[in-house]
Amino acid sequence: MSTVNIIDFVYLISAMLFMLGIKNLSSPATAKLGNKMSMCGMGVAILATLASPDMFGYTMIIIAIAIGAAIGGYAAVKVEMTSVPEMVALFNGCGGAASALVAMAEYNGTAPDAFAGFTIITLLLSIIIGSLTFTGSIIAYTKLQGIISTRPITYTGQQIVNAGILLATVVLAYMVFQNPANGLAFYAIILLALGLGVLSVIPIGGADMPVIVSLLNSYSGLAVSMTGFALNNNALIIVGSLVGASGLFLTKIMCDAMNRSLANVLFGAFGAVDETAADTGEGPTGSMKGFEVEDVAIAIENAESVIIVPGYGMAAAQAQHVTRELGDFLIEEGIDVRYAIHSVAGRMPGHMNVLLAEADVSYDLLYAMEDINDDFSTTDVAIVIGANDVVNPAAKTNPSSPIYGMPVLDVELARTVVVLKRSMNVGFAGIENELFFKDNTMMLFGDAKDSIQKLFTELKG
Amino acid sequence: MDTGTIIIGLTIFVLACFAGAELISKVPQTLHTPLMSGSNAISGIAILGALLATGRPEAIDAESMLGFFAVIFATINVVGGYMVTDRMLQMFKKKKRKKKE
Repeated sequence: MSTVNIIDFVYLISAMLFMLGIKNLSSPATAKLGNKMSMCGMGVAILATLASPDMFGYTMIIIAIAIGAAIGGYAAVKVEMTSVPEMVALFNGCGGAASALVAMAEYNGTAPDAFAGFTIITLLLSIIIGSLTFTGSIIAYTKLQGIISTRPITYTGQQIVNAGILLATVVLAYMVFQNPANGLAFYAIILLALGLGVLSVIPIGGADMPVIVSLLNSYSGLAVSMTGFALNNNALIIVGSLVGASGLFLTKIMCDAMNRSLANVLFGAFGAVDETAADTGEGPTGSMKGFEVEDVAIAIENAESVIIVPGYGMAAAQAQHVTRELGDFLIEEGIDVRYAIHSVAGRMPGHMNVLLAEADVSYDLLYAMEDINDDFSTTDVAIVIGANDVVNPAAKTNPSSPIYGMPVLDVELARTVVVLKRSMNVGFAGIENELFFKDNTMMLFGDAKDSIQKLFTELKG
Repeated sequence: MDTGTIIIGLTIFVLACFAGAELISKVPQTLHTPLMSGSNAISGIAILGALLATGRPEAIDAESMLGFFAVIFATINVVGGYMVTDRMLQMFKKKKRKKKE
């Protein structure tokens, strides 16, 4: 067995470790082990590659790994749990950049006439997908951080411009395919792909970012896979397609949770301020009733069962810890407390689960929508903390609503609904929520963390 | 690259796609964030190509410089991705229902 055979065999072992790693993520009890297995898979694959016979020097590699590890490690340790979505987007962008750079290196290191047709196609795909993942992820990051507006940025002819760029990229790619020595076309492709990443993400609204981050994750896997084809490296092909397919599957789960197609998420500019909606007169009537903390406290005190429904507002206010304190206090008072988590609440799939886990909420108190929705009608108080669109009954009742058909939490069926909300403004999707106008709804305006703290003090006193 | 190698590569690609989708479908919603950041770390496997591009050339040239930056980016992806996933998973705990003060 030659060294190359041994290395390929080690790659197989590392691919198995990755698969076992993801498999173990199917339960919170084994997830930590799963992540460790995945790390081992990565470590083994890196060591095998370093042992490859055509390696010449290690100095640059050691320096690069030291720099990358320092940056990645620092970011991972420092990041607030509420900001994990943007951090993942940023890491993902790095992965895309790495794939594109590897493909560029391969292009530079190979004589143009030595390229097989298939190799150059995969090389180009790797560069295009990798580059647009890089800039797309950075835009997703800046949107999630609020550096640029979370509202969709649209202009006339936007989709024509994007289609034009895509077409130009394809034409240039064909030119490089015909003549791999055409360096000018090659670098023009990179620029166009970088631009496409920016332009295709800016029209997507903040509320759709979970889908986009997941889709970009899928892209970076696909880019790796294409690099694998170009380099004829099985480890990259296997692992890249694993990530690509899993990212796409997760994207689909989220689209289903919003009852929208992926095309609608990508091109629908969802959440653009819709002027026509105001004129239809179908908006909720009546007025929101703002309540005092004392009134809300009385309603909760008399409850036997409470369901807490967290949303992005909880994350934005960093209110997860006070939420847990409130929940624990109610449990001690003998009240049945559960948490209902909508799968697209927050800015990342499972975002709320991570925040509540950070705050030390036992994960068996967290219920997915389909497991708890039937119980709202027998619940005394539902406490909605900074969630909006995922509890909007219009999704069930109003066919003209943009979110009509999206599965939502049936909070309005609870005897009393307490809604903690920062202001009277509409949610991320820009839609009025008739829940806030219902007779059994008590609105408590203010910063979520502040409101819960006051509520907590009132309940204890 | 001969056609046989391409076919084998495509076979691996398709089968791994199915395996990926199958594995993900078993992951509960609670763990979707760690899943995403974990699989994101895995996609840093591009580091293998980056290492080869950096280490193979006998002198510093365009290929090894591009490789050098690729290693930096891939390492950020791998190290950051795994560490942040681990941090999240450390927090998932199951506790007794009644908490004693």
